[in-house]
Amino acid sequence: MPKSFQPSVITANDLLKGDVVYLRGDAWVRDLTQAEVLTDEADADIRLLEAAARVAEVVGVYLAPVDTADGIQTTHFREAFRASGPSNYAHGKREHA
Amino acid sequence: MYAYTDFDSNFVTARNAQFRAQVERRIDGSLTEDEFKPLRLMNGLYLQLHAYMLRVAIPYGTLNSAQMHKLADIADKWDKGYGHFTTRQNIQYNWAELRDVPDMLDALAEVDMHAIQTSGNTIRNVTADHFAGAAADEIADPRPVAELIRQWSTDHPEFQFLPRKFKVAVSGAAHDRAVLRAHDIGLQIVERDGARGYRVIVGGGLGRTPMIGKVLYDFVASEDLLPTLEAIVSVYNLLGRRDNKYKARIKITVHENGIEDIRARVDARYALIRPQFTGVDQQMLARIEADFALPVFKQAPLEAYDAAYAVDPVFRAWADTNLHDHRTEGYAIVSISLKAHGATPGDATSAQMREMAVLASEYGHDELRVSHEQNVILPHVHRSDLPALHARLKAVGLGTANIGLISDIIACPGMDYCALATARSIPIAQEIATRFDDLKLEHDIGPLKIKISGCINACGHHHVGHIGILGLDRAGVENYQITLGGDGTEDAAIGERAGPGFSADEIIPAIERIVLAYLDLRREKAETFLQTYRRLGLAPFKAALYPEAKADAA
Repeated sequence: MPKSFQPSVITANDLLKGDVVYLRGDAWVRDLTQAEVLTDEADADIRLLEAAARVAEVVGVYLAPVDTADGIQTTHFREAFRASGPSNYAHGKREHA
Repeated sequence: MYAYTDFDSNFVTARNAQFRAQVERRIDGSLTEDEFKPLRLMNGLYLQLHAYMLRVAIPYGTLNSAQMHKLADIADKWDKGYGHFTTRQNIQYNWAELRDVPDMLDALAEVDMHAIQTSGNTIRNVTADHFAGAAADEIADPRPVAELIRQWSTDHPEFQFLPRKFKVAVSGAAHDRAVLRAHDIGLQIVERDGARGYRVIVGGGLGRTPMIGKVLYDFVASEDLLPTLEAIVSVYNLLGRRDNKYKARIKITVHENGIEDIRARVDARYALIRPQFTGVDQQMLARIEADFALPVFKQAPLEAYDAAYAVDPVFRAWADTNLHDHRTEGYAIVSISLKAHGATPGDATSAQMREMAVLASEYGHDELRVSHEQNVILPHVHRSDLPALHARLKAVGLGTANIGLISDIIACPGMDYCALATARSIPIAQEIATRFDDLKLEHDIGPLKIKISGCINACGHHHVGHIGILGLDRAGVENYQITLGGDGTEDAAIGERAGPGFSADEIIPAIERIVLAYLDLRREKAETFLQTYRRLGLAPFKAALYPEAKADAA
């Protein structure tokens, strides 16, 4: 049995600002809760290729698995920190939290 | 201190212009990220977890007040009003934006600073004893030769693509404050028969495979140093492994081939290249040494110091921990703690940087140092000025009296910032400092170095911490391993792993158990944690750390 596909979001860092972004439709958004969740593996692969080609907008594009039982939740603490910002100051994503 | 020559200024200006054009070409799409990344890394620009990070070199940790003011200005104009001083005597800006970086580099160039070779597989910023030029126990100031090595290594055409990064540290004292034995090359200034030379140590390093450096040569004469260094790096450049990133540092090359084999190869290479060094470097060194002439020290009565020490317990506590002996009578070396309890180790706000710069110009002969322990040093302060200095430091949150104590923790940025990290470091440091401040045990515990790394690369020097903490990702959860008995001085030792790791919730109580065990085990108050550990070994500390295992065995 092939492993079932974990719902995922496409994420990267913004080329100019360097901050964490997520793909929603054709747009990059800053907030994980606004990200588009991809549930079909073939679709996710194609969307990832298309997103990775946007080299003038973003750096380091990849699929990050998420849980969707209650909104959009990260499945690993590294992604949680990327989504929420550093823990020591109200900087980055914490400035608007 | 060293001031740029026209050659230096022109070089940095040209390099900045080159990088500005590279940034423009990346933004307009002419360069891909794969093409751009090595170019930005050569200029100290990383892309981290939440933003770009610019790592600026502070050569051998030395700054003047104008440079510190400029670092503050950059923090305000292009970052978030603070900077992070690192374990390699650099400063990092955590929130740079790509478009602004060329302007940041131009601003640095205005005060003879740059970010060249703060990343990449090159010879990195040369570090030095942070008490250089001031310490009472020093044979000679290590900074002139560190500056010579910086000039030799910067843009050295043969050494821009080494198998891996390469770090050099220099000290002028027998007591090692620069962690020489954990560097690719450590140089200790020594004297033999009245002549000055260098003990050359190679193959030290921390990271995945920690190694204590080995003595390659006990004595290399001053005029033979650069050709010796060139021979060592040249041998490494050819012999170092490029097939496996984890085996690419010179410590592995030395370990796999043996120090005798390396010495034979270096000797052979040295014989070949020595004639190329015609003595120009020694003329340059003489000019550089003139730049590092000591300031004209003053003489003043010490009543103000003695009076404050007698009546003010807060000043006394600070003086007892944060001052070190100066080579000149009446003077002291002041360590300014960037480790206020609960603060992020190594961070200074722009306001704090400015005040330190002002204090350096008013009381400190215009000199500042950054230590690898992430504090700032005023190396030359007359004791009569200390009460006033301390009051000013206190007013901006820089009066913490904890140098060398349990809350003077080294911590890497960890997963709060670093893209390589496997766990957070900063909150662990904050919680340990806060906990022991609450317990009011810090001064009773005495000298104790805790060092925390958020991944196996060991930027936080955990292997040489008396208590080392390594943050890992264990099955998707942050997990912290403890090592004990490490030492970064001339008696260098790699800490022993205590046993299974602890969760983020468990690590602070675990540290507390170790420290309370030490307080029970020490023979007398004067026996330090490290001395007690060396006397008794791991067992009693392990028993305190894992009480359930002891219960199971009973």
